[in-house]
Amino acid sequence: MEERRLGIVVSGSLTRGVEVRLDSAISVEDIAVGRYVTIEGEKRRFFGMITDVTLDASDPGLMTTPPDVSDPFIVEVLCGTSIFGRLHVLPSLTLGSDAMSLLEGPQPVKTVPTHFSVVRESSEEDVARVFGQVEEKQFYIGTPLDMETKVRLNPEELVKRSSGVFGKSGTGKTFLARLILIGIIQEGAAVNLVFDMHSEYGWEGTSEDNRKVKALKQLFPSKVAVFALDEESARRRKVSTDFIVEIGYGEIEPEDITMLRETLGLTEAAVQATYRLARRFGERKWLESFLAIEGREELGELAQSLGEHEATIAALHRRLDSLKRLRFLVPQARDNTIQRILEYLDRGMNVVLEFGRYTDYTAYILVANLLTRRIHAQYRERMEQAMGEDITKPRPLVITIEEAHRFLSQELAGQTIFGTIAREMRKYNVTLLVIDQRPSGIDEEVMSQIGTKITCLLDNERDIDSVLTGVSGKSELKAVLAKLDSKQQALIFGHAVPMPVVVRTREYGSPQSYKELGFREALELKKQAEDEAKDLWG
Amino acid sequence: MGRIDSPPKIGEVIEASTSEFTAQCYELHQPPPFGSLVKTREGDVEIYGVVLRAATTSIEPGRRPIARGRDEEEEEGIYRASPQLEKLLRTDFTALVVGHNAGRGGVETENDEKLHHYLPPRPARIHSFVYLCDLKESARFSQSLDFLSILVGAGGQADELIAASLRYAAAAHQEPRDFLTRAGREVAVLLGGETNRLTTILRRIKW
Ligand SMILES: Nc1ncnc2c1ncn2[C@@H]1O[C@H](COP(=O)(O)OP(=O)(O)OP(=O)(O)O)[C@@H](O)[C@H]1O
Ligand SMILES: [Mg+2]
Repeated sequence: MEERRLGIVVSGSLTRGVEVRLDSAISVEDIAVGRYVTIEGEKRRFFGMITDVTLDASDPGLMTTPPDVSDPFIVEVLCGTSIFGRLHVLPSLTLGSDAMSLLEGPQPVKTVPTHFSVVRESSEEDVARVFGQVEEKQFYIGTPLDMETKVRLNPEELVKRSSGVFGKSGTGKTFLARLILIGIIQEGAAVNLVFDMHSEYGWEGTSEDNRKVKALKQLFPSKVAVFALDEESARRRKVSTDFIVEIGYGEIEPEDITMLRETLGLTEAAVQATYRLARRFGERKWLESFLAIEGREELGELAQSLGEHEATIAALHRRLDSLKRLRFLVPQARDNTIQRILEYLDRGMNVVLEFGRYTDYTAYILVANLLTRRIHAQYRERMEQAMGEDITKPRPLVITIEEAHRFLSQELAGQTIFGTIAREMRKYNVTLLVIDQRPSGIDEEVMSQIGTKITCLLDNERDIDSVLTGVSGKSELKAVLAKLDSKQQALIFGHAVPMPVVVRTREYGSPQSYKELGFREALELKKQAEDEAKDLWG
Repeated sequence: MGRIDSPPKIGEVIEASTSEFTAQCYELHQPPPFGSLVKTREGDVEIYGVVLRAATTSIEPGRRPIARGRDEEEEEGIYRASPQLEKLLRTDFTALVVGHNAGRGGVETENDEKLHHYLPPRPARIHSFVYLCDLKESARFSQSLDFLSILVGAGGQADELIAASLRYAAAAHQEPRDFLTRAGREVAVLLGGETNRLTTILRRIKW
């Protein structure tokens, strides 16, 4: 079946995209930016996205003295002739139809279609050819606007570089990220470590209408472990936890305090003092020793011996003392959390670390940093070993963080482990999945290293700019991005997709959606086990 | 000549160029309507024209009739009282050539392959008969609207002529409104930015 004809190409350029004059039978109101069109050039077909819709007139006079629009006949004649719609289309790929090009698949565009090439709505087949046919067990992220074809987001490709989920509050970032994590787990592309600030990835999350939605452990009980920082909260929420995290004072290094500078309100001098304290008391002893000091006089003496201002030391003491309210921080941890996490990851288990009631940035930044630094160091060591000695490399690891700009701001990106991971790409088999509602707060260089960007609606100009930095067709995509629905729609571009795509994110939260993602009810699992046993034993 | 289904002849060419021909009507005061489609021939070529102007004048150039009806009750009485008047007056009309049908020979055919909406190679011959096209032929000729580009350039009365010819052709079509919409769009394209002319025409053909 021929798809609906929209119009013909009338001008354009490779860098800016092409202008399409709409046929008179097509109303601009039936068009939406973000939709796909196929342009039938002379030699090949072009595949592109509508990025703008314009009203135009052959005679500017019509705009100043409009004709008698009360007469339907006059309107009908003028529409499509003297006044007409124009589309701006950004062609991204070419589709050949001969055997050779079918084999090669879609190619990046290197030219534009000839004048007056016919433009049609893309067929489901064309879309499937571009984004790949999604097989039974393969992961897809959603469907293009007004289409049924599934858009595959290849987890294998995705985890090769860091990726980002952006969008203003309430647009569906968490739902998207959860889906992406499911995809990675489902296809075994990597193991995940999720720093779950609001406890919505491990056991269950909530939807807008306050319904509970299943999270990773419920879907993949044998592949996901929940680590909890807040045992009480986990118990209250009936989460089946695998490990209760405790962090000993000894684990906290001056670097960790540097990261907390903003949230704790420390001066630069106070931050520097922690390094002196570490030298004085020892790397693993400094915090415990420092917090053990109580009297003003004693603090004064310490300040003097370190050559610091008394006030600086006193303020630092007060601020660090406030960390005591974080119950998971203990002088001596019963178990080594980092070792446990690594063990799980090595077994191919995904770890979600829930923060429970500790939803403040201090706890989040402290823990995420501290654990990531150690885990990364281990990965690095093992990767270097693997390169030298021909032993197996550790599994690719994806670390998920929310509120990424808190870790990756311009001031911090140079110093933190997250900045390092983002920049070194997957040298040590570790990449990030960052989730953020304020991407402009993230360091530019880090943004440019993010391979795949999945962005929901953003309305702040600076955020939009930062997400689109370095993308070809930026101004066109900008228009598309600004016009996304406020929920469950996302623009995806970069490494893991062949061309920018606007998707309606697949629905998540219904029994059907769980089923499609491989979830089996207990009963079903039991039956499966019985069937397998029967097969085995006859 | 004298083909069976030829429409009745209405006049005879008395002046011709490749782009126009003028004919004298056989019946005084009975020219074909302004904007209607007429045809004549040159050898095997049928030449189509759209009636551009018609006039009734004295047969002697320079001499004008004088008013005669002071004592008559009705206008027809004047002609009854002076039957020679009919001989002293003539009705002529001029058609703008808009197309031709080449080499149909004597055979009437349904297929329009040879119908061209541009000027013929030679003007009509003097004394060729002129026929008023019937609805069917008019509809067939206006299937293609290419002739409009000739009308657009017809000078002072072009807009009136376009409107009249489209009204006339519309009546011959099954779906006059669809025809007029299609034609209106064609005119819109031909006139480009001349929106005032366009809306003037549209107001004259609106259905
Ligand atoms: N794919 C989806 N399927 C079903 N519902 C969805 C989907 N995406 C978003 N929603 C709805 O939109 C709501 C907001 O989504 P979500 O919590 O993911 O937003 P967010 O961007 O993470 O917000 P915040 O910035 O507050 O964290 C959800 O509670 C849910 O009701
Ligand atoms: Mg969220």
